[in-house]
Formats: sequence, C-alpha cells, structure tokens
Amino acid sequence: MAARGGLLVLVLLLLVSAVSRSFGLYFHLGETERRCFIEEIPDETMVIGNYRTQLYDKQREDYMPATPGLGMFVEVKDPDDKLILSRQYGSEGRFTFTSHAPGEHQICLHSNSTKFSLFAGGMLRVHLDIQVGEHANDYAEIAAKDKLSELQLRVRQLIEQVEQIQKEQNYQRWREERFRQTSESTNQRVLWWSIVQTLILVSIGLWQMRHLKSFFEAKKLV
Amino acid sequence: GPPRVSLPHGPSFRGGPCPARDLAHPSAAAGRRCAPGPAPPEGARLRAGGPEAALSARLRCHVSGRRGMGGRALCALLWLLQAGRAGGAELTFELPDSARQCFHEPLQRGLRFTLDFQVITGGHYDVDCSVEDPNGKTLYQEAKKQYDSFTHRAEVTGVYTFCFSNEFSTFSHKTVYFDFQVGDEPPILPDMSHRVTALTQMESACVTIHEALNSVIDSQTHYRLREAQDRIRAEELNNHVSYWSVGETLLLLVVSVSQVMLLKSFFTETRATAGVVST
Repeated sequence: MAARGGLLVLVLLLLVSAVSRSFGLYFHLGETERRCFIEEIPDETMVIGNYRTQLYDKQREDYMPATPGLGMFVEVKDPDDKLILSRQYGSEGRFTFTSHAPGEHQICLHSNSTKFSLFAGGMLRVHLDIQVGEHANDYAEIAAKDKLSELQLRVRQLIEQVEQIQKEQNYQRWREERFRQTSESTNQRVLWWSIVQTLILVSIGLWQMRHLKSFFEAKKLV
Repeated sequence: GPPRVSLPHGPSFRGGPCPARDLAHPSAAAGRRCAPGPAPPEGARLRAGGPEAALSARLRCHVSGRRGMGGRALCALLWLLQAGRAGGAELTFELPDSARQCFHEPLQRGLRFTLDFQVITGGHYDVDCSVEDPNGKTLYQEAKKQYDSFTHRAEVTGVYTFCFSNEFSTFSHKTVYFDFQVGDEPPILPDMSHRVTALTQMESACVTIHEALNSVIDSQTHYRLREAQDRIRAEELNNHVSYWSVGETLLLLVVSVSQVMLLKSFFTETRATAGVVST
C-alpha cells in the first residue's frame, strides 16, 4: 500500500518537476522577428539547445503551449558564415550540433508562422536553454550506461572539465595569433601608407611646379 | 554504494564534524577537511540555497530512515525538485540600435541569483541594464555600463525581468554577453542512500577540484570576452586604416589637379580680358 502510494506520488511529482525543471529563461518573439545568439566556441565542441514555445491565449489571458502546427526554424552558421544546421522543429524542440571550426557560431531562431492571425497581435514566448561543451553532458545517463559510482562519476566530470579547459586554451592561442596578425598588418599598413604618402606629396609637388612653369612659359609670363 | 573509508581522528584534521553533505552537493563542501562525526540534527542546512534547503534536508533525513518503495520514491522526487530549482543561462546576442531586449526568468522566493553582463562590440561598448522583480519594483538600474555584476536574493516568487537597452544609440549595434546564474549547482546524480553520511577525503578532494575548475572556466570566459573585445577593435582599426589611406590618396590627387586647373583658369581669363582691353 505504501509502495503504491509512493509510486503515485513519485509519478505526480515527476510531472511537476518536469514542468518546473524545464529551462526557465524566456523572451518574447514577434511573428516575423528573428533572434540570433552567438556562441564563441573551440572546435569539436558539442552544443545542445532546447526550446519551448508558448502562445498567448486571449480567452484564458495567459500563455498556453503553442499549437502543434507552429514550428520554429533553427539555423546555425559557423564562423565562415556557412550554414551547418538549418531545420524546422515543432513548437518544442531540441537541436544539437558539433563545431568543426573554432570561432563565433550564430544560432538563429524564427517562427514559421505565415498566418498573421495566429499570433493575433501578441507575441510568442520562447523558453530557451543552450548548453555548451561539458555542460551538455547528461551525467545520470553516463552513470547508468557505464555503471559508475558517485566518485567515479565525479572524476569523469573532472576529466571532461579539464578537457574543456584544454580546448579553450588552444582556442585562446589561435585567437591570440589572429589578433597578433591583425595588429602586425595594421602596423605594416600604417608604415607603408606614410612612405607612400610622402612620395605622393613630393611627386605631386614636382608635377605641379613643372606643369605651371611650362604653362607660364607658353603664356610668355615667365 | 562504495565502501566508506573511515577517517582517523587526529591532529591532521581541522574543523569540526562533517555536516551531512555528500558528493552530490559540491557547493557545500568548499574544500573543508573535517572528521566524520555523529549525524547532524534534523533540519541542518545542506546547501546555502535558503530556507528550501533546510526544509528539504529535514524531509530527506526523515524519509531516509523509512524502508521500502515509498521512502526511496520520496527521496527521488525530492532530489528532482531540488534539481529543478537551480539553473541559469549564458547567452550572447546582438542588440540593434535604438532597441531594447528583455529576458524573463521565473524564480522562487529565497533563491539567490547573479546577473553578469558585458558589452563585447559596438560604439562605446556600453549598454543600459535594468532588473525588475515580479511586482515591477526596480532592483537594479544602470545606464551606459560596460560590464557589471548584480547579485540579489529573490524576495517574491514570480517572474523576474532583466532588460538591456541600446535606445541612446542611433547607429551602433551592440553585442551583449550575459550570464544569469540561479541558486546553487544541482546535484550530479540522484543519490538516495548516502544522504546523511559524511564525505570521504577522496570525495571532498574531488569537490574541491571541481569548484577550482569552475572558477578556472569562469576566468577563461572573462579572458575570452576581453580578448574578443580587443581583437574586434584591432580589426576595425585595420579596416579604418585601409579606407583612410585609399581615401586620402584620392583626395590628394583630386585636390592637387583641381588646384592646377584653377590656377590656370585665372591666368587664361586675365589674358582674354587683357586682350579685349588692348584692342
């Protein structure tokens, strides 16, 4: 009896926790609006994004889960502006991608709604959660799959964290090199420009004098 | 579960008895070394999360004594509830000129949250930021800030709003990074059997390392943002130098040629009028 009661409570509270546990942060999105987020990540890093949409229901005067027909377009661009993910998901979705080049990746969301009456002048509420790298790991799943104890799982987490730190350090080195190249290029350009400017000035001055001299000689003024 | 290593009492251990924390709650350990003592009284604080922590600790201590499915089930869902409280979001987005973007987060009373933000690119690298509680009271309002950190304990249960505004700027888009952390770190695993026992030295060391690595990752994020800011500024400078050198070359040529033309035109007119006068 206690077991069954406990099970029921477990199921109920699991449902409650599933709702309260879901990503809390949300923002409002217009119908044709496109919202983009930037993630600067090293290469070979996994990114998992979860989103949930809600639509304003005038009758209940509250935000209710969106109709199944309403979907969201998710587009992910890599640092070279190449599309690495472009898919349409439902009103609730989860997208995953792994970066193959280090740099700024752009994640853009916009709704696929073409019927303007669907939003009825209101806004779409989008709950979003993006997890990068080590935070994207599901430790409960890893523990179950590899049958790890608490301590082993904690050590596994530490290993993942350290690997993430290493990747970020390598990325930092690459970025610093690019920064240095940019600065050296600026330095070079300034140097060349000052030399060229001096030469141009001198040559223009000479040309001006010669041209005017020949002009005045032709006009018999000199 | 794994066998517990009993720690010797003695001069090598400082501090009092270990509170009833376990591996699942890293924020509680904070690297303190302690000797395993008697089980703490019910209601002992497990996490610095506020009154909820004490309440759940009491419940947990109470049900862990129960045998059977009911007790374990209750423990599982208490873990789930607790795990649901902590959270956070770290996002970087572009704020167009004369725009305002708001984000909302539902929070429970007693939770501590921290909002860090930094402007990465655009204009003078500043943005207006404001944080409001569910009743509309302004908790934080700053104008034209480049970066800041705001911590607050939620007094009211409801939806908290924080907004970034670029309305004072007419043409510069800003890229803003923000990190909104709520509560404490959630436990790594559902753990029902070791709730009331003390940490072993190994576990305590692991938790210390985990927290140190968290702070390393935070530092890395900070340096990454600063580096991005400087690098983008350097790239803009490079572009400006290019445009300026080409522009100035053209300007020089145009000005010098037109000077010569103008001068020539003066003397040509005078000649013509002089010719007219003489005849």
